Amino acid sequence: MDIFIEGIKQAIQLLVELNREIFLIPWRSLLVSGPSVLISLLIGMPIGVIMGLAKFPGRKLLLSLIYTGMGFPPTVVGLFVALLLWRSGPLGYLSLLYSPTAMIIAQVIIATPIVAGLILAAMQQLDPKLQLQALSLGANKLQLLWTLIKEARITSLAAIMAAFGGIISEVGSAMIVGGNIKGKTRILTTAIVLFTRMGKFEKAIAVSIILLFLSFLANFALTYIQQRERIYWKH
Amino acid sequence: MRKIISILIVSMLLIIYVIGCATTSKIEEKEIILSTTTSTYDSGLLDKLIPAFEKKYNISVTPIAVGTGEALRMGERGEVDVVLVHARSAEDKFVEEGFGVNRKDVMHNDFVIIGPEEDPANINDLKKVVDVFKTISENEILFASRGDDSGTHKKEKKIWEEAGVEPKGDWHIEVGQGMANTIMVANEKNAYTLTDRGTYLSQQDNIQLVILFEGDPLLLNPYGIIAVNPDKHPKANYEGAMKFIEFITSKEGQGIIKNFGIEKYGQPLFFPDVIK
Amino acid sequence: METLVKVENLIHKYDDKIVLDIEEFELNRGEVLALVGSNGAGKSTFLRILNLLEKPSRGTVKIFGVFPTNNKQKHILRRRMAMVFQEPLLFKSTVYNNVSYGLKMRKKNKDFIKNKVLETLEKFGISHLINRQAGTLSGGEAQRVSLARALVLEPEILLLDEPFAALDQPTREELRDDLYKIIRKENQTTLHVTHDRNEALVISDNVAVINEGEILQRGRTESVFNRPINEFVANFLGVETILYGKITSKRNGLCIVSINNQKLEVVSDLGEGEKVIACIRPENVTLLKYSLKAPLTSARNSFISTIKDISSYGLVYRVAMDCGFNLTSFITRESLDRLNLKIGEKIISSIKATSIHLLSRK
Repeated sequence: MDIFIEGIKQAIQLLVELNREIFLIPWRSLLVSGPSVLISLLIGMPIGVIMGLAKFPGRKLLLSLIYTGMGFPPTVVGLFVALLLWRSGPLGYLSLLYSPTAMIIAQVIIATPIVAGLILAAMQQLDPKLQLQALSLGANKLQLLWTLIKEARITSLAAIMAAFGGIISEVGSAMIVGGNIKGKTRILTTAIVLFTRMGKFEKAIAVSIILLFLSFLANFALTYIQQRERIYWKH
Repeated sequence: MRKIISILIVSMLLIIYVIGCATTSKIEEKEIILSTTTSTYDSGLLDKLIPAFEKKYNISVTPIAVGTGEALRMGERGEVDVVLVHARSAEDKFVEEGFGVNRKDVMHNDFVIIGPEEDPANINDLKKVVDVFKTISENEILFASRGDDSGTHKKEKKIWEEAGVEPKGDWHIEVGQGMANTIMVANEKNAYTLTDRGTYLSQQDNIQLVILFEGDPLLLNPYGIIAVNPDKHPKANYEGAMKFIEFITSKEGQGIIKNFGIEKYGQPLFFPDVIK
Repeated sequence: METLVKVENLIHKYDDKIVLDIEEFELNRGEVLALVGSNGAGKSTFLRILNLLEKPSRGTVKIFGVFPTNNKQKHILRRRMAMVFQEPLLFKSTVYNNVSYGLKMRKKNKDFIKNKVLETLEKFGISHLINRQAGTLSGGEAQRVSLARALVLEPEILLLDEPFAALDQPTREELRDDLYKIIRKENQTTLHVTHDRNEALVISDNVAVINEGEILQRGRTESVFNRPINEFVANFLGVETILYGKITSKRNGLCIVSINNQKLEVVSDLGEGEKVIACIRPENVTLLKYSLKAPLTSARNSFISTIKDISSYGLVYRVAMDCGFNLTSFITRESLDRLNLKIGEKIISSIKATSIHLLSRK
């Protein structure tokens, strides 16, 4: 028990002192996970919307692929990305392995099915007539997509948060393709693993607190917006 | 009423059973927990040592592979019964502070410096490891460091210290992972790195890096084994720990160490320190 | 007269089941057409096809003279129409954002949009709702917003898919009156789908009756109501008394139709000996007090009847009688009091020979 209390005490001290090493880690986490979420939104959203609304051959297959992708173990994704990026691998000439870019690639692969799957579900909850109404009022295809995403914004927001939460707290692929290199690819989760291995529990706890705080912040923002919207949309 | 009585009886029996289990395991002490470093664990040596010990003493061993820092911290907290690490000064401190007793030398292996075959830093002809490190830092040649406070990392830091260099800059990559992963990173980045021979041998088929420097006495890596002090942690299985230490320093244990790796790599990975 | 919509040989199927089979249909500029039919008659599907939201299985649909073949063309044509659904289908935003939606999609400039929206909100009497969130509106308010959202676009064709069906009676009538004031004032070409024949009667110039995917009759509203083409139309349009009989004799254009043991005198083109259905609309049946000596009336048909039932029917009362056949009449509250009608009492009912409509029974 002492180690726990002592660890927390020292962790808080590190946080209060604004320890530079500790605070650069979440910043790098955001530098990786931020673009990852953005890119997976750009890819996943249109896929989700189209899959949720349109009928086309091969839809069922694609649907099962997305659902499988949603539950894909990040470590496996990391492994495959690493195999591709190894110098001896097919994309080796890019020399991307052990760089933030490699981590972003892996995280996009992890997050895109989550975004697509949740947006898809959100679209299917919308009144199908809403689509007709928007078209009838003169929306073109692109405007229609945007309108529907806006209509499903609460669930879409949940998709964004789920994707963000998934990748910010993910360690498997980050470790494999990032390499946990200090000052470059060392992010919150890999730092926690390292500090724990080194027996530097106070640092591990301090970083964990930041990670928890970030997750909390994301979920708090989501809940806040959801509650505010609920006032207007009782039904 | 009868229902309540039967429930009571059943719960009594359950409680007796649970207490019984707890006490019997306490008395028999058939298990020890060993904290060791990932490099030792990854070498596969323990897979040879532990079964032989278990067979002889009928005590099961649970090895936990972590970094040297954590391995010692686990010993400090009494989470484990015996510690097998390779970081001499940290080991001495551990014993001095009373966390461990009966430290014994077990064996040693050696470190080598590996790097790209073309050897851009030209270290091949150098005689002393400190010169190698100086050359690397002066020319800012990429060097992958474990950066995890492990035994290997401590050794690296010691060499930097003796070379009078503070490794700082983009050329010094702190990986923060185990030895095998660090070698992988070095391989991808065409960097030099300091590794124990065993891990290098086990990885050599996957990589293009080759041994460029070896043999300096500073690169020897002695392993020590320490029992957790039973005065500090009465729950620790001291007897089991002592039996394990006894075995590993015995003729039989040392023999296993001496022959380990010859079959696979054509050369031993570890050199026993008790018998020669 | 400019034809805005022209449909020819339209067949539409859902899984091999024919849901629409329309040989010919036209909508002209300035026309207010009510398309009436019961639920499942294919009305809404037809509207979606006209709005180019659904592609018919076969046939041509020309909008503004164009038979669109690609999505781009459809999109352009669609922007000249607007459709309002039964549910308001408002977007989760303010009233202003809802009403301005179509104009924004058309990339109109900001000031233009603002003026246009304010003007339209004013027309619908909902200026005060401008900043309200759509989700907080009552059903009637929401449907007003939905209508404003369509009309702000000044569509050349307004398609209404039962826009009042989900509203309660007073709200419905108020909104209907307000909407049609605007439609009439602006000479708005409108196709209004409804299952409510009374609504159709009140709002439209012309009416088309649709059943099981086929348009059975299309014409001026009063002529369709008064001269239904067949029994189904008659029934559907609310001709309450439908009697089966035979023309037994004919002179000077006046047919004598015998029904049970009674005789009806009817003006009709049909010839002697034909089997017919006689349609009598309740509002065309006049009631006279039995105790009075029968006064002179131009009505050729007077029957002594027994009152079976009196029930309230909105503003009028419906009186069901037996005069050898069943007959219904609509009278006002005033007449009901003055005549002092009671169930079981006798009364004289009379019908003009010209207000009975004969359908040939083939």
